[in-house]
Amino acid sequence: MSSEWPLWEVFIRGQHGLNHRHVGSLHAPDAEMAINNARDVYTRRNEGVSIWVVKSADITASAPSDKGPLFDPSNSKVYRHPTFFDIPDEVGHM
Amino acid sequence: MATATPEATVDKAALLEFLLRTGDNALVLGHRVSEWCGHSPVLEEDIALANTALDLIGQTQLWLGLAGEVGGRGRTADDLAYLRDGYEFRNLLLVERPNGDFGKTLMRQFLFDAWHYLLLKALKGSTDRRIAEIAEKAFKEVAYHLERSRDLIIRLGDGTAESHRRMQEALADLWPYTGEMFVGDASDAALAEAGVVPSPESLKAGWDEIVADALAEATLKRPADGYMHKGGRRGVHTEHLGYILSELQFLQRAYPGATW
Repeated sequence: MSSEWPLWEVFIRGQHGLNHRHVGSLHAPDAEMAINNARDVYTRRNEGVSIWVVKSADITASAPSDKGPLFDPSNSKVYRHPTFFDIPDEVGHM
Repeated sequence: MATATPEATVDKAALLEFLLRTGDNALVLGHRVSEWCGHSPVLEEDIALANTALDLIGQTQLWLGLAGEVGGRGRTADDLAYLRDGYEFRNLLLVERPNGDFGKTLMRQFLFDAWHYLLLKALKGSTDRRIAEIAEKAFKEVAYHLERSRDLIIRLGDGTAESHRRMQEALADLWPYTGEMFVGDASDAALAEAGVVPSPESLKAGWDEIVADALAEATLKRPADGYMHKGGRRGVHTEHLGYILSELQFLQRAYPGATW
């Protein structure tokens, strides 16, 4: 039966002020039940204050085979990292 | 200027009766729902039902814990759950009904949740502070139980021809067990008079409304009020309770005092 239900990705916000984080996925016939199921499956130990669900099919993901072209070129561009500034001691920990 | 506390003014026996009734409803239904663990149609429902069962068993600990205190015979919640015989149980007959199929379990849950919700809502204003505190905690859990069972009976009632048929049958089968929720006795009247609990009769109108709304949305027909089974609240049970207790109490009966 569950194979007929679409897959949903679940995002939970742990505390006020923090971002929603992906916690896992589940099956449900629609968004409303996906929220209820997420509440029962992923917030049993007081994990959350807010839940987002999104159909897995609605997420467009980058292809694993594109990893090289997408990410490797940035490795050679050290000037994109702010590591060339001398931080005065008075600033302390940044 | 000592004002008498409600704890001192109401009849201890009536209060104990109420606490056993409320605790036993949660215990027996919690056990019934826990029977689904590992057997639900989908993983998500399995976890949701187990959560409901755990909520109810948690509530049992609070109600029977207080019953043990009020009873004054040194009995703990565990003693009351594991060492009483069937005729001492005070739960509604509705909650000991067999699970049947998934739809029937949900219909029983909905009919009970709607009543439980109204009961706890009223108990939050109890003149007995201990009862009001337990109700405050349990109400939040039960508000969610009701939201969930209501949603699911609507989906299944207004679902396929097969699910609709099963839900209508479940409703017809369980309906004669709903009347018992609204029939009070002398001890209910005494507690209601003191503002400790609502009278069972006073919950009927609200329950009718919640049930009528949900059934209409579920495209299910409300059965006619015919003969209503009663007895659980005074310890007269169906055979099903015996089977529940033999499983629930086995360990403590076979190995008295066993802990883990």
